[in-house]
Amino acid sequence: MADYEIPTDLRYTREDEWVRVEGDRAMVGVTDYAQQQLGDIVNVELPPVGTPVERGEPFGVIESVKAVSDLYAPVSGEVVESNTDLANHPEHVNEDCYGDGWMICIQISDESELETLLSPSEYRQHIDERSTE
Amino acid sequence: MTLRRTPLYELHRKLGARMVPFAGWEMPVQYAGILAEHAAVRSAAGLFDVSHMGQIELRGPGAVAAAERLVSSPVASLRPGRVRYGLLCNEEGGVVDDVTVYRLADDALLLCVNAANVEKVWRWVVGHVGGDVALRDRSAEIALLALQGPTAAAILGPLCDVELAGLRRFAFAEGTVAGRRALVSRTGYTGGDGFELYLDAADGETVFAALLEAGRPQGLVPAGLGARDTLRLEAALPLYGHELDDTTSPLEAGLERFVKRAAGGFIGAEAIERRAAAGHPRALVGFVLEGRGVPRAGHAILCEGRPVGHVTSGAPSPTLGKPIGLGYVRPASSAPGTLLEIAIRDRGVPARVVRTPFITS
Repeated sequence: MADYEIPTDLRYTREDEWVRVEGDRAMVGVTDYAQQQLGDIVNVELPPVGTPVERGEPFGVIESVKAVSDLYAPVSGEVVESNTDLANHPEHVNEDCYGDGWMICIQISDESELETLLSPSEYRQHIDERSTE
Repeated sequence: MTLRRTPLYELHRKLGARMVPFAGWEMPVQYAGILAEHAAVRSAAGLFDVSHMGQIELRGPGAVAAAERLVSSPVASLRPGRVRYGLLCNEEGGVVDDVTVYRLADDALLLCVNAANVEKVWRWVVGHVGGDVALRDRSAEIALLALQGPTAAAILGPLCDVELAGLRRFAFAEGTVAGRRALVSRTGYTGGDGFELYLDAADGETVFAALLEAGRPQGLVPAGLGARDTLRLEAALPLYGHELDDTTSPLEAGLERFVKRAAGGFIGAEAIERRAAAGHPRALVGFVLEGRGVPRAGHAILCEGRPVGHVTSGAPSPTLGKPIGLGYVRPASSAPGTLLEIAIRDRGVPARVVRTPFITS
């Protein structure tokens, strides 16, 4: 059984994104579980700064050798930073998903949406439920 | 539907494989990772379990004549101990399956067929051979391993009583590997050197484990279907269900060197000639992407803004460091150098038609 790193200082979504809330901003990436499930990441497409995003809607695309997946915005707002390094180094998502593999930073428009995010323990339970199917 | 498992299933789990459904089987798609496994096969060696593939034996005084009618490439001229690639075609010239044909003996042949097509091929062969051919579906009794890569011969040699230096490409011999009976075939699906080992199902796990242990110092790793697919794509080897299906003429797929046109005399030959004379509406091309993204089966291909075909296979090429693909396009857009556009989601990504294979070994 594989083990997945789930940092305790982050929040999570059911779509396997992590969220680091800093003031009124939310930094977003995909979790260790997600990158392990996807395998070698070969392409990441992110929206440019200034793009509005809406909670639960796709904001970008992540591709492994075998599969392509949408990335879903964990909260609504506007993209204020986008990790352009991933265009040339998609492998950063595999190597350091909680660090260099970050994807976008969102200026949060509705802070009440943060309450819908999962705690680390809720996220671990969400993974366990899926892997015992 | 319950997925079938090869005799190596438990070993794959122990080795940390991710198992996925493929053609009705539960197969390892990767162990450490597709890119690492691909790189190992190009620079050292990889070991694949391909026991999901099927084997149909034809034996008897009519076996060779029957196979000559069934297979697009010449069979009677195939000497015992030699293997040949070919197509089984239907009456319309479409491809029932692509196979390798082993001349086991003067009156015996073995067809190695795609996992997804075993039952279809079996019905097809049963319907097209006479009473002087004994047919046997040996798929369940055979474990098939593929040891592929430039160090494959050095790894296999010490474990094997077949003299590998004398075993040319597309030749095979019977002997033992790790003390178990094996048909050792110098063939593969990667575009490089390698061997396919036909074993008794019960010996598959033992031989796989013995090879892995012996080969580790020479860079051998277990490799899954993910790397098998990116490897065959770099070599531009067709995959049934992608580049080939029941409607594809082998000539559209660029496989004319496996079609005995002058001699004719195989099922589908007349239709293939007729379709060629009428002009094919499509041709299979290889292309290299000149932008970012990964071409995938089903993506539309455009030329000068107009749709001209679709992608059949695509992947990032680890060897070239660029995304590559195969697809069918109108013949007018098939010349090497032609600029195409691949419709990847909402973008048109430029791509250039190139000669295949994408890599030379």
